[in-house]
Amino acid sequence: MTTDNQPTQVNEYEREPVPPKAHLGAGKFWGMYAGEHTAGTEFMIGPLFLAAGASIQDLIFGLLLGNLLAVLTWRYLVTPIAIGKRLTLYYQLERIAGGSFTKFYNVVNGVLFCFLAGAMITVSASAIGVPFDIHYTVPEATFGLGAPSFTALVVVVGVIIAVVAAAGYQAVARVANIAAPWMIAIFAACGVVSLVQMEATSFAALSEGKYWSDAIAFVQEKEGVQAFSFWQIVVFAWLCNGAMHFGMADLSIFRFARRASSGWAPSIGMFLGHYMAWICAALLLAAQIKLSQDHSANPGALAWGALGWTGIICVVIAGWTTANPTIYRAGLAFQGVMPTCSRKTMTLVAGAVATVAGAFPNLSAQLLGFVGTYGTILGPMGAVVFVDYYLMKKIGLRDDYAVRVGTSVNLAALVAWLLPVSIGLYLIFAKGIFAAYAVIPAWLACGVIYLALSKLTQKPVSA
Amino acid sequence: MKSLAKIISYLALAASLVPSLLYFTGTIDHDAVKVTALTGTIIWFISTPLWAGQCETADMSAN
Repeated sequence: MTTDNQPTQVNEYEREPVPPKAHLGAGKFWGMYAGEHTAGTEFMIGPLFLAAGASIQDLIFGLLLGNLLAVLTWRYLVTPIAIGKRLTLYYQLERIAGGSFTKFYNVVNGVLFCFLAGAMITVSASAIGVPFDIHYTVPEATFGLGAPSFTALVVVVGVIIAVVAAAGYQAVARVANIAAPWMIAIFAACGVVSLVQMEATSFAALSEGKYWSDAIAFVQEKEGVQAFSFWQIVVFAWLCNGAMHFGMADLSIFRFARRASSGWAPSIGMFLGHYMAWICAALLLAAQIKLSQDHSANPGALAWGALGWTGIICVVIAGWTTANPTIYRAGLAFQGVMPTCSRKTMTLVAGAVATVAGAFPNLSAQLLGFVGTYGTILGPMGAVVFVDYYLMKKIGLRDDYAVRVGTSVNLAALVAWLLPVSIGLYLIFAKGIFAAYAVIPAWLACGVIYLALSKLTQKPVSA
Repeated sequence: MKSLAKIISYLALAASLVPSLLYFTGTIDHDAVKVTALTGTIIWFISTPLWAGQCETADMSAN
C-alpha cells in the first residue's frame, strides 16, 4: 500500500505483469470474496427487494440463477484475460485507450465510489442512531435531508470514516478480514430470528410463505402495488457487480491468480453475501412489518430488532468496512488527476463528497437503481478490453493501440464508451427502464462500436 | 497460545449463531439469543486478532 511521500513497501505490479513469484493460491481469493461481498450494502439491498414487491419464490430462484450467472461471468470472462495478461484494468486501459482517457474513466469511477460510500455512511449512521433515539427517515425528494439530528450524525460518521481512510486503510482492512466470518454468522442469525418472530418455524409455514406475502401486502397497501419480476431479480443479481466482472475491474485482482480455477472464488461472495445475506436482510424487514407495522427499511433498526446490540455492531462494522476502502480508492482516483495534491488530501475530498451524499437518505434507498446505473456506466469499458484481447489481432488490427501510437486519448475507445453509456443513461433516467437491464446491451454496443471505429481509424504502426 | 485463541474464536462464532437456531427450535428465548450473541461477538473480536493473519501484504485491487 502506498503512503504519502513513501516508497511502496510491497510491489503491487501496477505497471508490469505480475511475475510467477507473486502468484497466489485460490484460498486468498475465496477469503477475499467472502469478506468483500458480505458488506453494509447487503443490509440495504435485501429489504429493498421486499419493498419493491418481489415474491419469495422469485427471490429464492431468481437470486440463485443471477448469482450463478455472475460467477460464470467472473470465471469465463474476467479470469482468462486476467491470467493471460496479468495487468491491472487501469494499466490495460492506459495502453488501449490512453492515459488521459484512463484518468477520466478513473474519476468517473471515483465519483460513483463516493456515492456508494455515502450509502454506507447512511447505513452506519442509521445503526449508531438507534440507541441515541436518532431516527432515520427517508424523505420524498431525492435530495431531501433527514432529521437535523440524523444529518449531524451522518456528518460525524462521515468525518471519522474519511479521516481513518486518509490515514491508510490497512487497519480497517484487517478489521474487515477479522469481521467477515462473524458478519456472515450474524446475517444468518438475523434471518433465523426473523423467521421465529414471524412464527415461521415449521416446514409448512416456511413453504407456505405467508410471512412474506403478508409483508408484501402491507407494503403495497401503504405504497401502492409494485412488482419486481423474476427476471429483474436475475438480471440485478447478475449485474449488480457489473463493473467488477463485465467491466473487468477485477482483472486487478485475478492477475495474481496462479490458476484459472481461482475464478470460481466469487461464488462464495455471491452465495453468502448476495444470496443468504440478502434474503436474511429481507426477512428482517418482513419481521419488522409483522411486529410493528413499520415498513421503513432502516438497517440499524432492523438489526436491532433481531439481535439487539450485536445487530447494531454488525451494521456499523459492515458499513464502515465497506465505506472506508471505497473512499480510499476514490481518493486515489482523484489524486491520479491532480498528482500535485497529496493522497491524504484527495481522500478527505472523497470523504467529503461521500458524506454529502450520505446526508441524503433517499440516495441509499435507491441502491437497487444505483448499482445498475453504476454497471451501465463502468461495465462497457470491459468490452473494449475484451475486443482488444481476443479480436484485434485476429482481424489484422493493433492491440494496445494508444501506447503504440503514443496518444493519450484513443477516440475509438472514447466514442465506443460514451455513446452506449449516454443512450443507456437516457433510457434509465428519461424512460425509466430498470437500470440493470442496460448493462449488457451497452457492453455489447461498446465492443461492436470499438471494433468498427478501430477498423476505420487505426493507422499503420510498427509492431 | 494461538491454538487456544483459535478454539475460543470458533466457540465465540458458534455462540453468535447457534442461539438463533435454539430460538428457532423453542429451546431459548429472544433475550437469551441477544445476550449470547453479544457475548460471542465480544469474545470473537478479542480472540481472533490473536491468531488471524496480519494484514494482507498487497492491495490486490490497487488502481
